[in-house]
Amino acid sequence: MAGILVVAEPQGSGFRRVGLEILSKARELKDATGGPLAAYVGGSGVADQAAQLGAYGAEKVFVADHEALGSGLAAPHVDVLAQLQAENDFSAILFGGTSQGRDTAAALAARLGAGLNSDSTDLAPGGSGLQATRPAFGGQNLVQSTWTGGPQIALVRPNSFQASESGGSAEVVAVTPAISDDALRAKVTARKPAEEGKISLEEASIIVSGGRGLGAPENFAVVEALAASLGAAVGASRAAVDAGWYPHPNQVGQTGKTVSPNLYIACGISGAVQHKVGMQTSDVIVAINKDEEAPIFQFADFGVVGDLFEIVPQLTELINQRKG
Amino acid sequence: MKIAVCVKEVPDTTAEKRIDPGTGRLVRDEGDRMLNEFDKYAVEEAVRLKEAGAADEVILISLGPEKAVESLRQALAMGADSLVLVSDPAAVGSDYLGTANALAKVLDDSGAELVLLGSEATDARSGVMAAALGEVSGRAWVTAANSLAVNGGSVTVERQSDDGVDTVELPLPAVISVTKAINEPRYPSLKGIMGAKKKPQEVKSLADAGIDASKVGEAGAGTKVLSVETPPARQAGQVVKDEGNGAQQILDFLVEKKIV
Repeated sequence: MAGILVVAEPQGSGFRRVGLEILSKARELKDATGGPLAAYVGGSGVADQAAQLGAYGAEKVFVADHEALGSGLAAPHVDVLAQLQAENDFSAILFGGTSQGRDTAAALAARLGAGLNSDSTDLAPGGSGLQATRPAFGGQNLVQSTWTGGPQIALVRPNSFQASESGGSAEVVAVTPAISDDALRAKVTARKPAEEGKISLEEASIIVSGGRGLGAPENFAVVEALAASLGAAVGASRAAVDAGWYPHPNQVGQTGKTVSPNLYIACGISGAVQHKVGMQTSDVIVAINKDEEAPIFQFADFGVVGDLFEIVPQLTELINQRKG
Repeated sequence: MKIAVCVKEVPDTTAEKRIDPGTGRLVRDEGDRMLNEFDKYAVEEAVRLKEAGAADEVILISLGPEKAVESLRQALAMGADSLVLVSDPAAVGSDYLGTANALAKVLDDSGAELVLLGSEATDARSGVMAAALGEVSGRAWVTAANSLAVNGGSVTVERQSDDGVDTVELPLPAVISVTKAINEPRYPSLKGIMGAKKKPQEVKSLADAGIDASKVGEAGAGTKVLSVETPPARQAGQVVKDEGNGAQQILDFLVEKKIV
C-alpha cells in the first residue's frame, strides 16, 4: 500500500472547497504514506476540470465520467473507487464531510472492510501511516485515532484546513467506470437545485444564526440581511427550528449540524449546551443577546448585550458601507 | 410488508458528556439515557406507513447495553410492534462496520423489506450507518429522505442532497435514512406507554443472533483510539453593553481579527 487518494467533488466548473482543502493538507502527509498524492474526480462532464487539481498538489488525477456519477448518489462512486483501490492499493483515501462524501466513504469502507474515521479536523503522520483528530461532544474532548489496517479511510470536516495552491501540475488519467447493476438500483428521476449562490452550512466560512430572541419567523430577515452582507450562510437554533421559524437543514446544534466556520455570529441565541456543542469549534464567536446572563457570553469571543433588532441592521449597514 | 427501524440509545442530549481517557469510550453510566432523537423520525414514518395500510408490522432493531431496552421502549410506545436488542460484552467497542454487520444479520433474519434509520445518532454524529448497512446487507439504499412513499415494490424518496432536493426511486428491499423534515414525531400516549411494556422485547447475545463475534466489538473494529484529550474550555471574551455603538464595536473587533 502506498500513497493517498483524495476524493474531490466537482461543483460547477470547479470543485467543492473541502476537496481542495484536503489536497492542500495531503501534500504534507504523502511522504508518511510512501507517496504519491492522487485525486479522484467522478461526475458527468467533468473531464475538463480535472487538471485544475494539479495546482493543489495532486500528481495524478483519476477521472471517471459517467452519467450515473453525476446523479448525487454515492453507490456508483463506490464501484469506481473500489476498482481504483484494487488497481492502485492506496494506503489512505480521504473524503470531504459532505453528504455525498459521507455516503461514499461509509459504503466504500464497508465494502473494503476498512476502518473509517469520521469528522476529522486534523490529520497527521503517525503509526502505520496517518492518525486522525476528531472533536467529540462539540469539542469538549479531542479524540486521536488511528486505523487497525488499511486502507485508512477518513472523512474530513470542511474548514479544517486552508486550501492553498502549490503550483504543480497533474497527470490526468481517464478511468473507464465499471458500474454494477446493483449500484444503479436507486435512480434519480428529478432534481431541484437549491437557490443559486446559497452556501451550505457545513462548508460556509461565516455563519450568522438566529434563535428564540428573533421572536417571529419574519424577523429572520434581519439575520439573512447580515448574512448576505458577509457572504455567509444562515443558521438557526433548535428553539427557532422547533417553533417552525426556519427550516430543519439550517439547524445548528446537537440535534442539527455541527459547524466550524471562521466566524459564527449568534443573534438572540442563549447558548444552551444543545447549541454550544454544534458551534463551539468555530474560530471566532460573536454573540448579540439582550440577556446579559445568557450562557453564550461565557464562550463568545466578543459579546454585545443589547437589542438585536437595532444592532444587527446597523452592523449590516456598516459592513455594506465598508464593502461599498 | 414488514418495516424494520434501526434505533439507538444515546446519552441525554441536554447533559454534558465525557469520554473515559483510559478506554477512549463514552462514559455510559453517567446521567440519563434516551432514544436517539433522530431515530424518532424514522419510527414515526414507519408507524405512519403502518397506519396508512402500507405496512403490517414495525420491528425495532438495536445494538447496545441490555439496559437500553428502557430507552428504546419509547419507540414501542410510539407504535412499533416489537424490539430485538443485540447485547453482548463482546460487542462493546463496535465501530460503524461492527454495528452494521450485527444489524444486517438481525435484518436478514427478520424478513423486513424496508429498513429505516435516523440520519445520525446524537452521540457519535457520524451519519454513516445507512450507507454502511445498505452496503453490508446488499440492499438498495439512499440517505436523507425528506419524504417517502411506498408504491408496490418500490419506494420514492425526496432526498436532501448537497445541491438541492432530488427525487429518487429505489426498489425494495431498501435501506433509507430520513431527515427531520420528514414528519413531526408524536408524543407517546399514556395508552401507548402502558402497552409498550407488554410488547415483545427480545435481548439476544451474539450467539443467539447468529452474529460472528470476530466481525463486531473491538475485534472487528477498523479504527483504534490512541488518546483522548480535554482541551481547555473556551473562555469568555469581551462583553460590552450596547450604548448605540454596539454594531461599530463588533465591526472593529472583526476588522482587528482580519475577518472583514
